[in-house]
Amino acid sequence: MTRRVRKIFFLLSAAALVWVFFLAYSPLAPFGYVQSKYGDMVNAITVPERHITDAVTAVNFDVRGFDTLGEEFILFTSVMGVLLLMRRQKDEPAGDHEDKAADRMIPPASDAVRVTSLLLIAPTVLFGLYIVTHGQVTPGGGFQGGVILSTAPLLLYLCADYRPFRRAVPQRLIEASEAFGAAAYILIGGACVALGGLFLQNSLPLGQSGSLTSGGMVPFINLGVGLEVSGGLSLALLVYLEELLEEKEQ
Amino acid sequence: MSYLPYAVAAWLFIVGLYGVISSRNLIHLVICVGVIQSSSYVLLLSIGYRAGRVAPIFADIPANTLAVDPIVQALMLTDIVVEVTVIALLLSLAVQIHKRHGTLNPDRLMKVSG
Repeated sequence: MTRRVRKIFFLLSAAALVWVFFLAYSPLAPFGYVQSKYGDMVNAITVPERHITDAVTAVNFDVRGFDTLGEEFILFTSVMGVLLLMRRQKDEPAGDHEDKAADRMIPPASDAVRVTSLLLIAPTVLFGLYIVTHGQVTPGGGFQGGVILSTAPLLLYLCADYRPFRRAVPQRLIEASEAFGAAAYILIGGACVALGGLFLQNSLPLGQSGSLTSGGMVPFINLGVGLEVSGGLSLALLVYLEELLEEKEQ
Repeated sequence: MSYLPYAVAAWLFIVGLYGVISSRNLIHLVICVGVIQSSSYVLLLSIGYRAGRVAPIFADIPANTLAVDPIVQALMLTDIVVEVTVIALLLSLAVQIHKRHGTLNPDRLMKVSG
């Protein structure tokens, strides 16, 4: 199919798609006036019944905790896929992707970049931990905090060269913590069963609303998810850097 | 009274789709898939918004304050992080394709594979 035919085909399909969008959206109330009972119901129970002051976290890790387990494993699986695909393979053709500008080296980072990223590492780790642990109180949680934590290795790479960075990053530990974080979600669900509830039914003591220990199982799940997300993203970052730089160095 | 956010969501979807079908580079194609996915964020957030209500965070306001829908926000939140890793997976596929075939142009790839 030539590009021209493909484009005409797309324009016809897009017109049909616009029509379908119009049909789907036209029963909707205007922006800001959509009616849905479920949101109000969740908002009504989150503080009195769960002692969680962030309703979004209450939805993610308590009301639909089982679905989030599935989503977390999409993340886990795609990180595994990245690791698998980026592995050096035996039958990999060597010649046809040679460096076309071998004399042009990657320019070294400037002193300003090195100093700034060195200064930022500790605050980034602290901020990431803060976001992970306060998910049940204010906006945050394992997903957001995990992403913030995974920028710490990137900052370390920016302030050191690749070799010292590679020595400083404990890849085995990151792999183990990613696996442990993924397993923790299931283990917490199992602990709820052991305590007499259903799988992922919040049956731990709920604590006082607005405190770090509120929300029963939710802060523990957030810790696990934080480990998993930060580990997964760091691993993806590591294998990409490896691909890029070890090829350059050879 | 506005329908604009829904139109923005539809526009993002179609424009991303156009990017996918007209792409000459697999990395560009993966980014276009990301654009398509961002249309779902716009749609979810605009459906969850309630005029005049506050964010569903009750840390410093009374628990019975009327707030916007937290469910769609929660759906979107996990999706963003998952999307990043899925895009990383797609990009690593692109890396492998470039290694094996020496090109990232989908049209030339079709010729390579016959």
